Parts: sequence; C-alpha cells; structure tokens
Amino acid sequence: MALKIVKGSIDRMFDKNLQDLVRGIRNHKEDEAKYISTCIDEIKQELKQDNIAVKANAVCKLTYLQMLGYDVSWAAFNIVEVMSSSKFTYKRIGYLAASQCFHESTDVIMLTTNQIRKDLSSPNQYDTGVALTGLSCFVTPDLARDLANDIMTLMSHTKPYIRKKAVLIMYKVFLKYPESLRPAFPRLKEKLEDPDPGVQSAAVNVICELARRNPKNYLSLAPLFFKLMTSSTNNWVLIKIIKLFGALTPLEPRLGKKLIEPLTNLIHSTSAMSLLYECVNTVIAVLISLSSGMPNHSASIQVSLRSIQHYLGLLAMSKILKTHPKSVQSHKDLILQCLDDKDESIRLRALDLLYGMVSKKNLMEIVKKLMLHVDKAEGTTYRDELLTKIIDICSQSNYQYITNFEWYISILVELTRLEGTRHGHLIASQMLDVAIRVKAIRAFAVAQMATLLDNAHLLTGNTQRNGICEVLYAAAWICGEFSEHLEDPLSTLEAMLRPKVATLPGHIQAVYVQNAAKLFATVLRGQEGAPADRTVAQETSQLLIDRLPLFVQSANLEVQERASCILQLVKYIQKLQQKDVEVAEEVTALFAGELNPVAPKAQKKVPVPEGLDLDAWINEPPSESESEDEGRKPKGKAVFAKEESKHTKPRYTEVDEKELAKRREVRKAEQANNPFYIKASPSSQKVYQDGVGVEHIPVVQIDLSVPLKVPGMPMSDQYVKLEEERRQKDKADKKKKDKKKRREKGEKGRRRKGDSGPESEEDITPAHMVDITTEEMPENALPSDDDEKDPNDPHKKSSKHKKKKQKKEKEEKEKKKKKKHHHHHHHSDGAGDESVQNGNVEEEEPLPVSNQSSSIYSMCDIQGNLQDGSQVVVSVIFENKCDSFIKAMEFNVLDSLNSKLQRPEGAGPHDGLTVPFQLPPGISNEARFVFSVQSIVMPQKLKGTLTFIVKTDDSSTHEKLDFKLHFTCTSYLITTPCYSDAYAKLLESGDLKGSSLKLEGVSQPFHHLLARICFHHHFSVVERIGSCASMYSRSIQGHHVCLLVKTADQTVSIDAKCDEPGLLGNVLDEIKLTFSQC
Amino acid sequence: MMRFLLLFSRQGKLRLQKWFTPIPEREKKKIVRDMTTMVLARKPRSCNFLHWKDLKIVYKRYASLYFCCGLDAEENELIALEMLHRYVELLDKYFGNVCELDIIFNFEKAYFILDEFLLGGEIQETSKQVVSRAIEASDMLQEVRCCPVGTDLRSVFPSS
Repeated sequence: MALKIVKGSIDRMFDKNLQDLVRGIRNHKEDEAKYISTCIDEIKQELKQDNIAVKANAVCKLTYLQMLGYDVSWAAFNIVEVMSSSKFTYKRIGYLAASQCFHESTDVIMLTTNQIRKDLSSPNQYDTGVALTGLSCFVTPDLARDLANDIMTLMSHTKPYIRKKAVLIMYKVFLKYPESLRPAFPRLKEKLEDPDPGVQSAAVNVICELARRNPKNYLSLAPLFFKLMTSSTNNWVLIKIIKLFGALTPLEPRLGKKLIEPLTNLIHSTSAMSLLYECVNTVIAVLISLSSGMPNHSASIQVSLRSIQHYLGLLAMSKILKTHPKSVQSHKDLILQCLDDKDESIRLRALDLLYGMVSKKNLMEIVKKLMLHVDKAEGTTYRDELLTKIIDICSQSNYQYITNFEWYISILVELTRLEGTRHGHLIASQMLDVAIRVKAIRAFAVAQMATLLDNAHLLTGNTQRNGICEVLYAAAWICGEFSEHLEDPLSTLEAMLRPKVATLPGHIQAVYVQNAAKLFATVLRGQEGAPADRTVAQETSQLLIDRLPLFVQSANLEVQERASCILQLVKYIQKLQQKDVEVAEEVTALFAGELNPVAPKAQKKVPVPEGLDLDAWINEPPSESESEDEGRKPKGKAVFAKEESKHTKPRYTEVDEKELAKRREVRKAEQANNPFYIKASPSSQKVYQDGVGVEHIPVVQIDLSVPLKVPGMPMSDQYVKLEEERRQKDKADKKKKDKKKRREKGEKGRRRKGDSGPESEEDITPAHMVDITTEEMPENALPSDDDEKDPNDPHKKSSKHKKKKQKKEKEEKEKKKKKKHHHHHHHSDGAGDESVQNGNVEEEEPLPVSNQSSSIYSMCDIQGNLQDGSQVVVSVIFENKCDSFIKAMEFNVLDSLNSKLQRPEGAGPHDGLTVPFQLPPGISNEARFVFSVQSIVMPQKLKGTLTFIVKTDDSSTHEKLDFKLHFTCTSYLITTPCYSDAYAKLLESGDLKGSSLKLEGVSQPFHHLLARICFHHHFSVVERIGSCASMYSRSIQGHHVCLLVKTADQTVSIDAKCDEPGLLGNVLDEIKLTFSQC
Repeated sequence: MMRFLLLFSRQGKLRLQKWFTPIPEREKKKIVRDMTTMVLARKPRSCNFLHWKDLKIVYKRYASLYFCCGLDAEENELIALEMLHRYVELLDKYFGNVCELDIIFNFEKAYFILDEFLLGGEIQETSKQVVSRAIEASDMLQEVRCCPVGTDLRSVFPSS
C-alpha cells in the first residue's frame, strides 16, 4: 500500500501538469497534432492509475484539449470519477470538466445523480456551489426530475451564496422539467423579497425569463415588480424589471400608462447607457401598445436617443418610425450622417430608416446624398444595397413622392453606370414601369433610352460581366414601342443592329430584333410623306436585310425565330418598295394599338359571365394518361395571376402562343382590348450563343476603362436645381396670386404674417401632370372592398381633396392659437410651463414681437452647465415665419453685473454676437449662447435685442426685435439622483437651512405633482412613501436642495432645506408659480 | 439569457468557451468558427454589436483578446457589454493586471471566476467584492485540503 503511494507520487513528479502541457503545445507549433496525440496517450496512461490526484491532473489537461477542439468524450467516466472525489480540489476540476464536456446525450450522466445529490447536501457550501454550477451546464430532464426537490430545499438555505445559485438553477430545472414550476413558484416569489440583494436579483432574473416566455401568467406580479422598480437602485436588476414590463404592457395597456412616468424619470436621471436604452425600448413598446400616441413623450425619447450609441439608437428609431414617423423625420440629418460611418452595419441600419423618412420635399435631396454615397462606396454588396434602396425609396407607394419624373429617369440612367451591379433587371423594370405608366415622360424617356442604346458599348464593356446589360432590354423596348417620340429613329435602328449586339444575352437580343422591326415601321412612315426621298426607305430595308442574318444564325431559338420572320417580312416589303407601293401604313398596322398598364387586381375583377361555369369541363375530362396536360393547366393559371401585375415584360416575348389563343377565346368578350395580360418572364440566364458566323464578323471593340459621361445625358443634379427653382417660382406665383386675392378682399383684417410657414407637402406641385396608375380595369369590373385600401386609388381622389382642405383649416387654426399663446406670454412674462414640449426645455419664452410686419418667432431653453459652475447655456430656436429671407442676425444682450453674455475675445462688452446662419422662409434653426453667471441665488431678467435684415425680392429692410431672457433659479438646478442613505446623511449633517411652503387647492394626483416638480424644477425623487416623498436636486454650484413633499386633502406642504436660503426661497416661489398656473 | 461566451485571440485561437445551454459538439465548433471569422473581420472602431441568425452577438476587444457572447434576441446589448467588462475586471482583480497568458495557463481559474459571476447564462452576482471573496474562499479550501506537489515528496523521502 505504502509502495503504491510512493509510486504514485514519483509518477506525479514526472507527470506533465496543465502548465507543462500548455507550454509544450506552444513549443510545438509545427507538429501540434502529433504532440497532442502523444499527450493524449500519456493522459490515457494516467487515467488508468488509482491515484486520484493523477487522474484529476489528467482530466484537467483533457478539459484544455477539449477546448482546442479534440474529442474527449471517451474519458467521460473518468470525469465522473474525479467529480466524486471527496477533496474539493479534485471535485472542482471534475465538475468543470463535466460542465465543459457533458451534453444531454452523454450516457454517464445517469451515474451522477446520487453523487450530485450528495454534493448538494454537503456541509461545505463550496461543494454545493460547485455542484450547482456544474449542474447548470449539463442538467438533463432526468436529472431535473430527480433533483428538483433537493434544489428547491436549497432555495431556503441559510447561506445566501447557495440560495442565489439555487434560485438561478431553478430556471434550468423548469425548462427541463416543467412540472416543477408549480410547487416551486411560491418559494421563488418569496425570494423576490430576500434580504440579500444577490438572491433578490437572481429571483428577478428567473421570473423575468419565465415571464418573457409566457407573460400572461405573470401579470399578477406587476404591482410587486412596480414596487421593486421604484425602490431598487441596482441597475442590473432595474434593467431586468423594465424588460419584464416591456413584455407585460402589450397585455395590459393600463400598466403602460402607469409606467410612462417613472420610466421618463429614469430616462432623465440615469447616467447608465444600458439602463437608458432599456427604458427607451420599453417606452417605445408602451407607446406602441397605447397607440394613441403621446407626442410629448416621444419627443423626450428623441433627446435621449441622440446620445445612445449610433447602432442601437438607429435600431430604436426604426421601432419608433413604425408608429411615430413624424418624430423621427426631424433627425434626417443625423441619419444621413450615419451613412458616412465606417461601420457597414450602421450604414445599413441608417438606410433602412431613410426609407421611411422620405417625403415629396426631401426626396431629391436624400437621393442626391445617396447617389454621392454610391459613387464613394467600396464593396459591391453595399453599393448594391444602396442601389436597391434608392429605387425602393423612389418607387415606394406607387411613386408617391416623385414630383419630377425626368429627374427620376435621369437617376436611373445614372445608376446604369455602376460597374458590376447585380441589379440591372431592377433598373430595367423601373424604366419600363415609368415609361409605360407616365405618359408625359415618354418623349424624354425615349430620348434617354436612345442615347443609352447608342452608348451600349459602355454598359457591356467587359462582355457579360454583369447584369447591367439588362437595362438595354428596357431601353430597346421603350425605343421601339414609343418610337413616334424618337427624333432620329434611323440612327437608333442602326445602333440596335450593330454586330456587337450578338454578344448580349438571348432574351435581350430577341427584344432588339422585335423592336428593330417597330423602328423600321416608324422610319417607313416618316419617309412616305416625302416621295422624293424614297431611297432612304429602301436603304433602311437594305440595312435590315444586311444585318438580320446575323440574328437568324443565333443559337437562341427565340432570336432566331423572330429574326427570320422579320427578315422575310422585310424582304417582301423591299419587293413592294421596288414596285413603288405605299407600304408604310400596312407595316405600321402590325404594331398598332396603345399599350396600357393593367391594374394588379384587374384579373380578379372580371365578372364571370352568366351561364359560364368555370369549374365545368370545357371538353370531356381527359383520361388518366393525359396527366401531363392536366398538370399544365393549373400551372398556367398560376403564372397568369402572378405575372399580370408587372408591366415590365413586353407582349412580344410571349412564347406560348397557342395556349394564349385558347384562353383568349374563352375571355374574348371581356378583354379583347387587353392582349398583353400574359407575359412570359424574361429568362435571365445567359444563353450559350457562339453562333456560327459570329466569330467571323470583325468587331471593333472600343475599350474604355473609364466610363465616359454619356454625351447629352442630363445629370440628375441639374434636376435638383431646376426643381428647386421651379418650386421657388411656383411659390412666387402663388404668392402673387395670394396678394392679389388679398388686395381684392381689401385690407380689412390684420395682415396675416408667417403666411407660408414651413413649406407643406401639399404645396409642392408636380413638374408635369403625370398620370400615374391609370391602370386599366375591365370595363364592367366589380367594385370590391380592398380597393378602398389603396391610398393611391384615383377614385379616391375626391375624398383626399376633402381631407386636404380639412387639414389646411386645422393648420390655420393652430397658427392662430400659437399667436394667442404668444401674446399671453408676452404679457405674463412668466415661465412658460404649458408650452414645454421637450424634456430639456426649461423655459420657453417667445420673444415679444415689436411690430406686426416682423416675422421671427423664437423660443429658448436655459440650462446650467454641469462642468462649469458659473456657466449657463441658452439655446434659442429661431423660426422664420415670414416669406422673405432673413439674414445677418445679431443677438445682443445687455449684461448685468451678475450675468454676462460670453463674447469672443476682442469683442467689446456691448457688441452683439452674429447668429451663424441665415434663415430661408419657414425654416428654423437653433443657436447656443453661453452666459457666465456669478451668483445663482437670484432669478434674473436680461434685456436683449435681435437685429436682422429681411430680404425681399426687390429690397431689404433692417429690423429689430426686443426681448427679455428670464433666468429662473430652477434653471440653475440640475437633476441629480441621490440615494436614500446619502440623503439621510445630508439631512443629518445640519448644514442645511429650512423653509417651507403650503399650496392649497391642488387637486391633481400626488404622482402627477411629483412629476411636475421633477420635470419643471429638475428634482429627482429619492423616496416615496404613501403620500409623502423626499426629493433632491443640486445647483450648478453644488448647493444641495432637499424637499419633503406631503399631501393631504388638496393641500400640499413642502418642507425644504438647502445650504443657501436665498436660492431656496426663489426656487420655492417658482414652484408655487408653477402650481398657481395650473 | 446569454447563450455562450467565447474568448479568442487575434489569431482566432480559442482561449475560453462557456456554453450555457447544452449544444452538440459539432454545432459548437461551427459557432466558434463563425464567431471568430465574423468578429475578427470587423474593422477597429466599428460597433460592438452584430446580428447572427436569431442571436445578438456582442463583442469587445481587450488588448489581444476578444470577448464575445451570444444573447437571446430580446436581451439588452449594452448590459452584455457591461457584463463582459465586469468579467474582465474580475479577472484583472484576481490575476493582477491580467494578460492573455494568465488565461492560457490558468484557464481553469478563469472558468471558476466566470462560474461565480454568471450561472446558467444569467448574472449571479453583481458585486465584485462578493465574487472575489467566494473565489478566495474556494482557493483557500483547495490549498488546505490538497498538498502541493513539492511537499508531498519531502514527506515521502525524509532521509534525502
């Protein structure tokens, strides 16, 4: 026996321990696998020994190897052996190895049940702890069932160390053995109020996880959690609770209303980003569930969003965007900035947001920015993403936001210059869609497409490398179909028949051939009028006859068939021409007929004629053997229904002529005028096309490495400018009209000022009258309900107009209201608490307007600067409410002894500060001014003036505005959270002087009252017990202000303490004022 | 709930792995591979959050080591980031200015610390003091009960 021990010890001395193994692996970088295999052999030897220390060492090494990716499942039994060692050192290693290596299908787990039970009841808490930790990783349903009771007992263990582990592991047990939940739950709930904060937070964690899986069952716990939320100071726990509420509110909207307030308080008071983010997320969830919309709160969210890390902020914004699009739109610039971010994931999020933010007004601007990014972007995936987004943004809700289609076409043309994009077909389908549906744009589109065709070599530079040549498909078709708009059809025809076309994919060639024929018809018609020029027509025929054989040889059947058909036709025409027969009319007749877009729902609306039973067999049912035919029919129908909404495919690609004919017969009566319902989808696959003769034709390849700007192509940028000018002009015209009207009306009433506030959506008139969605419907279409849902349905126009009118009226009312409001403030000159719109606004004081013609509206926000005890930042929002341009604004304040406006160095004490921007009509902007304040004990009013130049078309006038800035004492206070123990110490210290205040007739609920004080006077609630609450705030110069607020029968008494009695008195006066105003 | 926590080096070598839900070995290897390639491909100063399948991936680089964890979709990314940081603080406190080598050579200690901090993918203890006290106590237990290698020998060969 002794010998055995000796032997074991000697072995141990020469054994590798873990450190040796790691070092060895690091030294054998070249032949790591070989080295490790020898190590594994050694380990196998070690495991065979009886000495537990050796075994534990071996198991420890195995755990390391397992991490490196080696299979150690063969040692599972040895691990169990080490686990069952009585020594903590080995047990610890054994459980670690087990937690790393065991999984549900490890069969030795069955053997561990008793060992684990023994360890759980061990007198040593660390034995129990290790067992619990290990169990959490490899608990199986069997283990959970067998050990559930033991763990439940541990939840009431005397040591908090064990209790918290037991509580946490219960969650795993519940998952594996759900029956245990019911008996264990009361005890778990008890743990929510455990004296140990660790156990408490563990219980919160578990219940939150459970509640997230099945929120309904945990609604009853809401009050308990609400209490925890208001009392807890542990951010980790708070986050969990708030998350839980986020899951509960959709089920109980009343809860949401209750939550908003504490959450907004937290948002304003917390410095922890993670908590802030959680609050914001939950507030969003609440707002969504309330859905009634609480603009004030979403405004306060925005403020906090700005500070959150970009990515998460953008994520949260996209959530808000779904419910409150307006509130996100104001952050357009911020989001556009995110497009410059280095991080691709941030850029992609920002793109998603942009989609929801466009309006008629900003579309061009946004797209212009995006186009810049397209040029800069590295990496095709991101560029492709940009491209699809641009198209998505422009085409969303039926081109709702596009006011100028010429601009859009030129954007599309610009996009074709992208190299290596996969989205050629997307651009192509957009071109087709716009050209077909917007009649007014056709002439322009055709001209653009003709240049595109002429410069086709730029797009196909390195043959077939990309999908951009799909664009040519659209270009050729548009040029052919609307060839009457072409200026020079002959040269386009020539461009379409260049030998290089044969390198394009088959389906594009087919379109080329077909449309060449259309162009031919146009050319003939053009020439027929001038008989002297007969030769041109004949030359054109000759051109076709010369070039078409190239296509006749194409390997693509479609191309071949069309080409040979047309070739014969042209030959026949040529013969006629030689006999001086007028052929133009007959050739044109081949392609006569206007193409109309078909509404997506048109097919559904075709009424079934009386006496037609669609389910009845037309012919005798086919026999079983004809199953193939049977299969085809329903398939054909499916294609039919799906494809009709797309206007992208021309009728000429129709392959299944026979079937079409069959069907057409059936429906002839209803839709003889809609022959292009069925379009075969263009096959995007490339077709093998080494035609026999192709190689012999000399192809002059112009290789331009730098894509040239296609001559004569207008840049989309020009459109942006043009559009702006146009809008400007429109507005000017309108103004003139307005003026006229006004003059007619006589100068009875007061002149309205701020006539054209911010340019509203309705003001923008489209550049040319475009008829979008004049989609054709079957003549006797059935009306149906889903039609009403389509916002762009032309039939709804009348109601839309009505709405517009209502809206305008409303706006006007609001404007008037604002004006009143304005004056109210002017007179009362008090803190404008009613108009506080966003959490940070301390005071909003419209500047009194000196005369009626002037037109600036401004509000300001005074805030202390925490970093510097003597600085106050005043942000002023200037809004131009007149229709003239305002520039050269100068802001000046008469300094008092106490407060001085900080001016740049070198400026005199009476010089004004220039406001660093100009204001176009209807625009508002914010400027910040820093004031240095010496004493913050007294409130102050500063007089100031704002001078500016109003520039109208023909003259400019200098104007002046006087205003007062009101620095209240509360603007020097900064919301600072304070814990109750610190608060108690502060009060005990005796440095503070007291004062009190009584308010009577306050009828609002106590929590509203507290919220008001928190919100308007920058306090935070320290503790609230019943109808009594303690509050705290700090001034920028570090004065502590403590309040004790009590309420009883409409009487509120506030006992206050502060180390600066003067400040306190003023703050109390301001609080009084706040409540007297409500 | 946190699903897993991985530590790996800039070269993509795994230094520590903890799976809070049982996952088959093959799946684990795949996740590790995906995570290392995905995270290492990120440029410096890009954001710390990724989406991968239905999980949120939060990672942070400390010196030469990447700390990377996978969360359920509804988890708070920022708190996960703080959890990672807290773990680093705990390691730092235990090893005293921790470096990658500390974790390589004492990888079992790194696991023990983690086990005191997280359990089953949830935070077990938010207080740094409590965690390090628990670790110290268990280490003491280990020292008392187990004899270090050297002492063993001297007692066996008292004559030499």
